[in-house]
Amino acid sequence: MSAAEEVVTEGQAVEAVPKRAMTLGYGTSLVVLVALIITPLLVKNFIIFQMTMLLIYGLAVLALNILTGGSGQFSLGQSAFYAVGAYTSAILMEHANMNYALTLPIAGIICFGFGYLFGKPALRLSGVYLALATFALATAMPQLLKLGFFEHWTGGVQGLVVTKPDAPFGLPMSQDMWLYYFTLVITIGIYLASVNLLRSRSGRAFMAIRDNEIAASAMGVDVALYKTLAFGVSAGITGVAGGLGAIAVQFVAPDGYTITLAISLFLGMVVGGVGWLPGSIVGSAFIIFVPNIAEGISKGLSGAVFGVLLFLVIFLVPHGARQVAIVATQLFGKLKKN
Amino acid sequence: MMAARLPLAALSTAFVLLAATCSGAEAQKTYDTGASDSEIRIGNIMPYSGPASGYGVIGKTEAAYFAMVNAEGGINGRKIKFISYDDAYSPPKTVEQARKLVESNEVLLIFNSLGTAANGAIQKYMNTKKVPQLFVASGASKWNDPANFPWTMGWQPSYQDEARVYAKFIMKEKPEAKVGVLFQNDDFGKDYLKGLKNGFGDKAAMIVLEESYETSESAIDNHVVKLKAAGADTLITIATPKFTAQAIKKAAEIGWQPLHIVSNVSASVGGVLQPAGFENAQGILSASYLKDGSDPQWDHDAGMMKFLAFLQKYEPDANKLDGAVVFGYAAAQTLAKVLQMCGDDLTRANVMKQAASLKGVELDTLLPGITVNTSATDFAPIKQLRMMRFKGQKWELFGDIISADLGH
Repeated sequence: MSAAEEVVTEGQAVEAVPKRAMTLGYGTSLVVLVALIITPLLVKNFIIFQMTMLLIYGLAVLALNILTGGSGQFSLGQSAFYAVGAYTSAILMEHANMNYALTLPIAGIICFGFGYLFGKPALRLSGVYLALATFALATAMPQLLKLGFFEHWTGGVQGLVVTKPDAPFGLPMSQDMWLYYFTLVITIGIYLASVNLLRSRSGRAFMAIRDNEIAASAMGVDVALYKTLAFGVSAGITGVAGGLGAIAVQFVAPDGYTITLAISLFLGMVVGGVGWLPGSIVGSAFIIFVPNIAEGISKGLSGAVFGVLLFLVIFLVPHGARQVAIVATQLFGKLKKN
Repeated sequence: MMAARLPLAALSTAFVLLAATCSGAEAQKTYDTGASDSEIRIGNIMPYSGPASGYGVIGKTEAAYFAMVNAEGGINGRKIKFISYDDAYSPPKTVEQARKLVESNEVLLIFNSLGTAANGAIQKYMNTKKVPQLFVASGASKWNDPANFPWTMGWQPSYQDEARVYAKFIMKEKPEAKVGVLFQNDDFGKDYLKGLKNGFGDKAAMIVLEESYETSESAIDNHVVKLKAAGADTLITIATPKFTAQAIKKAAEIGWQPLHIVSNVSASVGGVLQPAGFENAQGILSASYLKDGSDPQWDHDAGMMKFLAFLQKYEPDANKLDGAVVFGYAAAQTLAKVLQMCGDDLTRANVMKQAASLKGVELDTLLPGITVNTSATDFAPIKQLRMMRFKGQKWELFGDIISADLGH
């Protein structure tokens, strides 16, 4: 049995999501956007910081969503791309005194290249094997960052402290608030670009590969090219998220980018709904706030409480936030009719 | 450096003046965020989950200690509200939790947060916010830097201090020694090595070979052989438990019996010496500053009896043999002492000022003779250790208290 046949008989790992179901309606989008713009004006700096982290992890989950939900490839190595992005930004800011905003596209491009190159050999793998290969990447990354060879730039185990940018043009805004709006603009930009990508010819190619690789290649889709491209795009977005994360947290250290982060992002994607882009932000909220809730319930058993909550979510709404959204829309439709 | 120190000095002088002018009419009570007539809010961050969750017991012991303080009427009539969060040993999470404590829970200070990277992540934030990052639970020496980080203070003896103690011991007991150093090639190992060289001073030539290994190596046998071949008759092993056990075993295998000193990090009987084989570990030296819960010589020690009574009543499920419990108790006792000294002036500036004026403070679980000492230029509270020798199946303390200060 050839490898290609194995893929076909393996059954579909990722459920096919029609492309229209990948986004929100205009009305809902507008409401969410207004909420995201207004809330920071009303809350404390700490909450603004948490909301910034929400957007940043949301971006990272979105990137994974494009890879898994879009092109059907698994990755447990997103933390590695996130780390590369974070370190790129931090090193450029602290050693080359570069403006923080300029470091982000560089972080994105470096990660795109990194992801694209990693995607090349990974092409030969699929499903769980690909997941394992990316897992290896995630496990290796923190140790690579500690290597003495790079220590001059990375700061080794001690990490690097990053200076937080002030609001430009003398805007009367706290650093946290400025960074939030800065992140928000980038997030919206990347979100719109991602939606467009998935609706474009390339996006259709991604989904064709996800749904049936052989059929896709029979239709003339360059499977190798689009698979690596998906990897590259996903890594690039994750890199930008990592760079933003470094600026928001003001610190990078190898211990911040372990396999736990990769698994969190994966978790966020599943909870948000695989292949449903707006779910990324819900997934991100889950990985940021639920551990805090779990800790509030029991300190000693926070891990167990988190596990129970996660289990409940998967059991009750296996398709994550997307399922909740669909049910809500249906209810809303019924109410309208009555 | 001077420039950085001056404004602080000016500030504290201004503060003292201000406090002096305010007094008189009424007994003044000054508070910063986090303190009031009825309570003092203290923040803490511990790895209750994740790879270092074994240390979580420190936070639990501290919580229990403050429960005892509250049950006995609090500090100067104020109850302690001890808020401890989990950071899973991940620096970004530490930042989130620190900000939550400072900005949302509005604590007066963050106390004994654990981990070198975790504290490194919040050091700048805490100093910008001017919130005390008090008694950091990490052995790095960088917490003792009052000129640049006046709001951060360490607590336990730093790796460098411990290394200086070994250097002093060797120079006194074995002045002709040829020292071989086996160290882990990371910040932990390098910090130690720096302290050693610093301690030997102009006698640094006593070190005949510095041999490093990477944590990624599976065995360090060849390094031990190399050190023996270099003619060393004294071996200092600066390694984590697993590698220390290997070094002890290998030295015995090749019939090498140097004067062997292992770092306090790897002085665990169960975790290092037993796996290495008790017969191979006889006569090995290390140093300590806390009383050992398993040592019968403290059975009738007043401080230890207080500690055990506390465990029985407030933390009955804790293991008295666990060094982390003894550690947490002593750290919490130090903070209680500082808050007591603050009196009714519970401002963040005064907390740092009092924390920097500890003189000869004794703690229940510190070895007798070891005291807590700080000053405006010295943010390393514990700098003394006592040597110990492994005999039979346990450590035996010997000799005098050795101070890490180079002067005396």
